[in-house]
Amino acid sequence: MSILLKNGSLKGEKNVDILIENDKISKVAPANSLKDDKAEVIDLTGLIILPGLVDLHTHLREPGREDAETVATGSAAAARGGFTAVHAMANTLPVADTAGVVEQVWNLGKSIGLVDVYPVGAVTIGLKGENLAELSAMADSTARVRIFSDDGHCVSDPVLMRRALEYVKAFNGVIAQHAQEPRLTKNAQMNESELSGRLGLTGWPAVAEEAIVARDVLLTEHVQSKLHVCHASTAGTVDILRWAKGKKVNVTAEVTPHHLFLSQIHCESYDAKFKVNPPLRTDDDINELRKALAEGIIDVVATDHAPHPMEDKEGEWSSAAFGMTGLETALSVVATAMVETKLMTWADVARVMSEKPAEIGQLTEHGRPIAENEIANLCIIDPNASWKVDAKDTHSLSTNNPFHDMTLKSKVIHTIFRGKFSMKSGQVQK
Amino acid sequence: MKKHLVSAHDLNKEEAVLVLDTAKELALISDRPVKKLPTLRGRTVVNLFFEDSTRTRISFEAASKRLSADVINFSAKGSSVSKGESLKDTAQTLQSMGADAVVIRHGSSGAPHLLATRNWIDAVVINAGDGTHEHPTQALLDAYTIRKHLRNNEGDLNGLKVAIVGDILHSRVARSNAILLKTLGATPIMVAPPTLLPVGIEKWNGEFSYDLDEVLPQVDAVMMLRVQQERMSDAYFPTTREYSRNFGLNAQRLKTMQKHALVLHPGPMNRGMEITAEVADSTNSVVIEQVANGVSVRMAVLYLLLGGSNSETGENN
Amino acid sequence: MSANSRNSARVVLESSDISRALSRIAHEILENNKGSKDLVLLGIPSRGVPLANRIAQKINEFEKVNIPVGSLDITMYRDDLRLRPPRALAHTEIPDGGIDHKIVILVDDVLFSGRTIRAALDALNDIGRPAMVQVAVLIDRGHRELPIRADYVGKNIPTSMGESVQVSLADVDGNQESVTISAGEQ
Repeated sequence: MSILLKNGSLKGEKNVDILIENDKISKVAPANSLKDDKAEVIDLTGLIILPGLVDLHTHLREPGREDAETVATGSAAAARGGFTAVHAMANTLPVADTAGVVEQVWNLGKSIGLVDVYPVGAVTIGLKGENLAELSAMADSTARVRIFSDDGHCVSDPVLMRRALEYVKAFNGVIAQHAQEPRLTKNAQMNESELSGRLGLTGWPAVAEEAIVARDVLLTEHVQSKLHVCHASTAGTVDILRWAKGKKVNVTAEVTPHHLFLSQIHCESYDAKFKVNPPLRTDDDINELRKALAEGIIDVVATDHAPHPMEDKEGEWSSAAFGMTGLETALSVVATAMVETKLMTWADVARVMSEKPAEIGQLTEHGRPIAENEIANLCIIDPNASWKVDAKDTHSLSTNNPFHDMTLKSKVIHTIFRGKFSMKSGQVQK
Repeated sequence: MKKHLVSAHDLNKEEAVLVLDTAKELALISDRPVKKLPTLRGRTVVNLFFEDSTRTRISFEAASKRLSADVINFSAKGSSVSKGESLKDTAQTLQSMGADAVVIRHGSSGAPHLLATRNWIDAVVINAGDGTHEHPTQALLDAYTIRKHLRNNEGDLNGLKVAIVGDILHSRVARSNAILLKTLGATPIMVAPPTLLPVGIEKWNGEFSYDLDEVLPQVDAVMMLRVQQERMSDAYFPTTREYSRNFGLNAQRLKTMQKHALVLHPGPMNRGMEITAEVADSTNSVVIEQVANGVSVRMAVLYLLLGGSNSETGENN
Repeated sequence: MSANSRNSARVVLESSDISRALSRIAHEILENNKGSKDLVLLGIPSRGVPLANRIAQKINEFEKVNIPVGSLDITMYRDDLRLRPPRALAHTEIPDGGIDHKIVILVDDVLFSGRTIRAALDALNDIGRPAMVQVAVLIDRGHRELPIRADYVGKNIPTSMGESVQVSLADVDGNQESVTISAGEQ
């Protein structure tokens, strides 16, 4: 059945009607001008229409850690969060370092059919940082991998990083680096600062991220390749990115919603749901990251959705796992941090959460203009909603949600995936 | 007083002085033929030690028993914990055995805080050392020892300067002392090589120095912290020789200190590393006495947290 | 302090009355024990302590001997510990010479339920073994809840449970000394 969306605000700019037939947008017209008796009519008065959100950085945990998440539950969480495409990181068990594993994840995503799941391939075999994985085989597989990352681990060996950057040029791939100098962050627990000194938790100094970003940016320039910086978290990283882009180095960067919103002060409670890698930083860092995102120095928002079972998060800090869930809250956190504060418009949100991520991922059916003949991947938002987050109210298998009990603005109301509702009025379909 | 003693921050000045005054009275018990008071009869105190520590555990055990409490010792080695039982499950097992107080030593900073705030147990939580975070009863017994010698065992520590020397970065004793000494009006001065001082220390403890010789003549007491040999392999300092040359307390350095100055050490001592045998056995050294004071101070803490109904401590009427 | 300045407060002992009562108690102690040999006075904080000191002083005036005086804090031996928040401890000082084989005279300001004296007996038991224990109080207000009695009493004042007895001593409360009874629980 076709869908007729009426009187929604297109990227917050002008009100339109949209007719969706099969999997495509068949008509876009001024508000309240379209009629179709056979269509399901949905009134979008007061709501914002964005292209379906695209996440460049998600952990779906399958294969191997299905106690924390599966492609099915992760897809449902993504749909609820307004996403129509997610990139699944390679640190599964077994690691996604062969065509076989990435194709498995790709097929799983397709069969579930709530979002497009694009597997990310590992850079090194087993994420060990010693030998390159078969990047070309993964690129040629049905999953058509273009983004490679050892996320969870840093490709710290400079020679290996150089080789990886060079190698992917053959198929226009991009290396996404988790920047963390391993020796400087041995047993690190939280941002290194006077707070970590007071709390007795081993520090994760900002320089451990910045030193790697600086090195990688220079390597990328030298070998004329592409670099993507995962979860930028410090003001220093922003400075390096600004400098690199000034020299026209082909580098893109992502920031997570939690790094735009939560500071290290939350660690005082020793509640490990605030334990994440890279760690929550200072208010200063948060301010610089927000400005950088608004300016475009940081290109996209990526969730780094990292589900963990309760037993890995409820105990003492130093034995807890790193990571926070984020698919279902991402849009609201960005709206609260950036739109409410007038740092960004809804059109900017579309840019950083859909258009630019799709461009980096080289996706042809997401992040597209909302125009006739494009595949209908859309996300509908209520910009005036104010809601209290409940960690237990989730499609994810995991509840390690740092925003629990916080009040956020804006909410995703509907998600349309390839012309069908994957999520309608807050309910995931199927 | 707060229900739990998890951090030295849990005590304001009046409460800290109350603990010291109470300890002073309880110290008299050790001179009696019957070293017992009936006060905690029927209460169960569990020593939940996830890290080995004979001396602290025995100190708490003696303190509990002198107050007639029943003591259960739970050591994590070879127990269900070493097989992966979580902190939460361990705590709840103890709760169901009727623990009124849990004295916890844990390798992870923040573990006592979780026990005190998560509602897994009803018992009173006393921190006997958590990771590199805090060790509040050690700070209390250090303050008690200093007060006994330098303030006639009365009042606070106003105006006193205390040097804390050693691996400040990894020391929970240093952190608790920094807090408590300030609460009692004293000035703690941290002394260490730059590698062993936490980043940002100037923000939570204003005074620090890399020069032990400069600081020693100014202070009324010096607290030498144990420095582990393992720190050498992580390049915190080049050799033990260089460390003790610059930061070890030896007889020559002792001579530069004021006559009344005290030498403290939480133990166990690395004789020859941070403190020489000569200094450890000198008349300025109060190391042995610290141990005895530890029992009185822990008795005071147990009494004040467990000895009445569970609410604000009241004055005698 | 006159009876009119507080609601139904009546002064039952004034400063001079207190002094006379303590003198009489001192005489009675000496008479009863046939002298001052082996006597030890232990005041129960807080007001029992100055009273014990004064009694010792009077004994010194009469017999020219110095009786050992000390204090015995009974907080840790109270039977009502669990009913209230933990109380601060007062000072215990047992005189040199101890209490073994001595005649220990416990001194307190008011004898009421008798529980304080019972606690004091338990405390003494952990400190040593006196030859005899006697009790001296300034006021006995009745309403015993345990089989405890005083050997020396300054004044017997029957009271009702709804009244409270305030003892005011220079050392503890400031200048004006008195014993007052007023309505309202202690």
